[in-house]
Amino acid sequence: MTAQTEAAHAPDLLYSETEEDLRSAVRSLLADRADAPTVIAGIESDTPYDLRLWESLAAGIGAAGLLVPEKLGGQGASHREAAVVLEELGRSVAPAPYLTSAVVATEILLALDTQDGPVGELLGDLAAGRKVAVLALPFATPAADAAAAMTGTLDRTVTGVAEAVAADVLLVPTAEGLYAVDRAGDGVTVESLVPLDLTRPLATVTLAGAAGTKLAEAGPAALAVGRGLLSGAGLLASEQLGIAEWCLTETVRHTRERHQFNRPVGSFQSLKHRMAQLWLEVVSARAAARNAADALAAGSPDAPLAVAVAQAYCSKVAVHAAEECVQLHGGIGMTWEHPAHLYLKRAKADSIAYGTAGRHREAVAELVELAAP
Amino acid sequence: MTTIDAAEIRRRTQELLAAHPPATTDRTDFLKARFDAGLAWVHYPVGLGGLDASRSLQPVVDAELAAAGAPDNDPRRIGIGLGMAAPTILGYGTDEQKQRFLRPLWVGEEVWCQLFSEPGAGSDLAALGTRAVRDGEDWVVDGQKVWTSSAHVARWAILIARTDPDVPKHRGISYFICDMTDPGVEVRPLRQITGEAEFNEVFLTGVRIPDSRRLGPVGEGWKVAQTTLMNERVSIGGARIPREGGMIGTVARTWRERPELRTHDLHQRLLTLWVEAEVARLTGERLRQQLVAGQPGPEGSGMKLAFARLNQEISGLEVELLGDEGLLYSDWTMRRPELVDFTGRDAGYRYLRSKGNSIEGGTSEVLLNIVAERVLGLPVEPRNDKDVAWKDLSR
Ligand SMILES: Cc1cc2nc3c(=O)[nH]c(=O)nc-3n(C[C@H](O)[C@H](O)[C@H](O)COP(=O)(O)OP(=O)(O)OC[C@H]3O[C@@H](n4cnc5c(N)ncnc54)[C@H](O)[C@@H]3O)c2cc1C
Repeated sequence: MTAQTEAAHAPDLLYSETEEDLRSAVRSLLADRADAPTVIAGIESDTPYDLRLWESLAAGIGAAGLLVPEKLGGQGASHREAAVVLEELGRSVAPAPYLTSAVVATEILLALDTQDGPVGELLGDLAAGRKVAVLALPFATPAADAAAAMTGTLDRTVTGVAEAVAADVLLVPTAEGLYAVDRAGDGVTVESLVPLDLTRPLATVTLAGAAGTKLAEAGPAALAVGRGLLSGAGLLASEQLGIAEWCLTETVRHTRERHQFNRPVGSFQSLKHRMAQLWLEVVSARAAARNAADALAAGSPDAPLAVAVAQAYCSKVAVHAAEECVQLHGGIGMTWEHPAHLYLKRAKADSIAYGTAGRHREAVAELVELAAP
Repeated sequence: MTTIDAAEIRRRTQELLAAHPPATTDRTDFLKARFDAGLAWVHYPVGLGGLDASRSLQPVVDAELAAAGAPDNDPRRIGIGLGMAAPTILGYGTDEQKQRFLRPLWVGEEVWCQLFSEPGAGSDLAALGTRAVRDGEDWVVDGQKVWTSSAHVARWAILIARTDPDVPKHRGISYFICDMTDPGVEVRPLRQITGEAEFNEVFLTGVRIPDSRRLGPVGEGWKVAQTTLMNERVSIGGARIPREGGMIGTVARTWRERPELRTHDLHQRLLTLWVEAEVARLTGERLRQQLVAGQPGPEGSGMKLAFARLNQEISGLEVELLGDEGLLYSDWTMRRPELVDFTGRDAGYRYLRSKGNSIEGGTSEVLLNIVAERVLGLPVEPRNDKDVAWKDLSR
């Protein structure tokens, strides 16, 4: 593919009616069960995940099975719908292992050669929300590193695994192939780390003589893991969009109400311009994120570029929006009670997840043949 | 809207091509025939160059005609007419005005310019002082306009002038169509930073404009002008382009073809801008999809902002990338070009000309105000000019 050939697939960058319906269902669930005080209380408790919330989202609304075909127990929808769920999860920063389990792990399983036997069974469990599976790699791993990740054995330590504490099953890449390892099994330890982003826990996974079910040989597994990480990165852009959107909306709301110097601070031009600039970034992030979701849904050959562009752009927008949100809220933005910090932490952590913007720009350079010196 | 679909549009386009083979038809004759067939701007009314069809069908026509090697109407040369005068005439013109002006405008026989800005009224356009005084069936216009692009090649102008100085500034303005060949219209070149004179000063002295060339009611010119300005922003930022279609394409090509120019610092900046240009392209595409689906969004002003900043950053990068060559400039001769052409020129020209992108058609600061107030609903700053008669404002 070269840069000059325009994408063969003409992207649909809007939202369908079904997608909007799904959005309202997810939004009202999250408003009910995961408002800011609830999320703040939750992250300091021993159980970072509200299991009833996950059950309602995954099984009740059927969000966990969006990517899974109906014959395997899923909804037979696509990345476009999953992206809408992630926008809403970004807007609420609710802890939910959606990206890791319902997107990345699910995509890996779907990309394997066979969906018979244990793969199909696990997919069915994930789709129904009966189980949570996560890929046992550091959260920062980009798709480009998938092949290099196929090393070692089932005796190993992996640090920085996102949402491993919520997992029932770990997908472990080794030199021999990809294994499904029961998290509750012998020889498996999951030790919580203290994460920057409290709404998405990280853990060190230690496997010592653990037993696992082999799902695929190393070759096909590397391709599948790459596919999973690519989808994860592509849909993470929608989460980042949701974060940025919340930050802008709340900042506008606050600065319209907060008075200093006998007028709303939002009437000062220097602030208005900063918020207008953010609006433009959010509008642009939406186009980039929709394009990535649409390209993944269509299986377009343009998907790797669409994902790299979306990640290279949206990471920065989410962090910028969250930083502006804290600043323009003044002192209250620095408090633990105000949710702004949750968004800042999530945005900053997301900017590293599945590869930094810089790594994605390198991917762009390769895909459109703009070689380094 | 009619029920015309893509197949029907294609059939009509082929019919036009069969009746007027581009190879043997005179350019202007072909364009006239295209206008009369309703294939000029398909969403315009029947009889005015359109078919009252969906705007989304226009690309179908354009693609078919381009494939057949048909001439186009050189939209860059007649941008002000197409992008600003036409939608305003369509929205506010009388039937006679629509019949008289739209066809030669679209065909390119008559070039239009925009007599809005004045030395004392730029961003604060509603403060303008050019007077129009009623005299029988005519208006007599006196004043000075400035920065008027293409005035030296224009046959017609859209003009706003003050018809009542005793009411607050937004209320006493009327909107006219001015004949640039009339006595009393004097156009003087104004050289710009590129060395060329693309815009002009225009002096209006006792110019008589018949009342039949007024657009919209007396005193409501500001409302009419809003239509023009909105369309201006959409048309500046809203062109459909392929990937690498804008200025980023030129720089990317140079990068690929000339490895000796590459540095690590420039590589990082190039990739960042490449990504931003691609995202801006997608954002424009999303805006168009929204418009077609009948949900006009406020993204138009945003696109113009993004386009201005990107053009400026990319053209700045290009000059640096070229190194020794970036130190040179092709030609400082004072010329009066017929159109603004970014692509056919060298890097220095592009760098200098792009500085105008954040000034022309509303400055970036003013557009940010518009987004903040009209899109985000942020409070306006306290202002002291709303309820004062224009003649009592400080100048
Ligand atoms: C290349 C080019 C072509 C043009 N072609 C045409 C044409 O064909 N017809 C026509 O009528 N006009 C034309 N213009 C004029 C253009 O529309 C005006 O230059 C523009 O609207 C700005 O007005 P001004 O030059 O008077 O600047 P000013 O209004 O004096 O602005 C000076 C500075 O103050 C800032 N500023 C002003 N008000 C505010 C505010 N409220 N908040 C924050 N900042 C503010 C501006 O952003 C700018 O940075 C053209 C201009 C250029 C550069």
